Amino acid sequence: MRYLIFILIIFSYILGVFNDKMSNLSLAIITECSEAVSLSITLCGSICLWSGFMNIAEKSGIVKLLSKVFSPLMRLLFPNISRSSKAMGYITLNFISNLLGLGNASTPLGIKAMEELKKAEGVTDSASDNMIMLTVLNTAALQLFPATIITLRAEYGSITPSDIIPAVWIVSLITLTLTVLAVKFLSRFSGAKK
Amino acid sequence: MSFTDFFIPTIVVIIIAYGFIKRTDLFSTFIEGAKEGISTSLDILPSLICLMTCIGMFKSVGGFGILASLIQPLTDFFGFPEECAPLIFIRPMSGSGALSVYNNIVSQYGADSFIGRVASVMMGSTETTFYTVAVYFGAIKIKNSRYAIPAALVGDMTGWIASVIAVRMLF
Repeated sequence: MRYLIFILIIFSYILGVFNDKMSNLSLAIITECSEAVSLSITLCGSICLWSGFMNIAEKSGIVKLLSKVFSPLMRLLFPNISRSSKAMGYITLNFISNLLGLGNASTPLGIKAMEELKKAEGVTDSASDNMIMLTVLNTAALQLFPATIITLRAEYGSITPSDIIPAVWIVSLITLTLTVLAVKFLSRFSGAKK
Repeated sequence: MSFTDFFIPTIVVIIIAYGFIKRTDLFSTFIEGAKEGISTSLDILPSLICLMTCIGMFKSVGGFGILASLIQPLTDFFGFPEECAPLIFIRPMSGSGALSVYNNIVSQYGADSFIGRVASVMMGSTETTFYTVAVYFGAIKIKNSRYAIPAALVGDMTGWIASVIAVRMLF
């Protein structure tokens, strides 16, 4: 992160000098920060609304119900973890939270799952195949309802902001499938470590 | 009226109806969750201010145009709109950064344009890869992530290309 910020700002300065755009650059420094505030105010309502609904979903047991539905898939992805283990429990809950867009819940659950895997597999400083599978599933963003994107689409005058949902699902599924295949493929070629 | 119009209201009804049947205290449970939402949006504000300023500066001097031209042969090959190229660079690194670039794209080109739709699908179907890998392995002090990054990047690249194809086919 510190590299990203450094590079963006230094390159902006250099480009500004060479392209004679220092006035644009000054304007950007002055105005962009209030733009950030208005963006987060735009999103605040929808974040709160969906956090509220998702809290109901969690407390009423929809999350548990879904984790039963997805247990066959989880066994397919993590064939060598026992179904009743703590790690598998956390992994499933992490997957469901991602699916429902419960960002707040999914990261702590994912980290719990990683800790359990570390305990169970006794690895030291090198990642196990299951750890990589779990992490990579979390980078593949399978999400049923991309609320933030839909809110911003509506904000910028989309007539049917939710019409991208089918496309998001299709792309997410393709991405997830290829990611899983990449993990399975790479694990074959990366030494004997299990 | 299309079936996607049913999507949001149906989710809301299912959640409320299931909660009602299971005798969840709907109002106070909602309030409790919504309150967390406030802290979530406040939590992202400082990083949003920092990254939006950095990205805005970079954009104001034409930096993204230069980045996009670097990978132009590749994006041309897949029919990828160059306006969305900045997302390719920022999306794996920073959530707030990607949000700010996305905000720029839809405000400039419109949410229902081809460019706006591709950007939307990209945002909805990929994640902050490097950040996630760093958090997950960092939390349990794993130093060697082995093939995690290559595998995750395979997924990201698939997502970007598939976004363009999906938007072409569905709209």
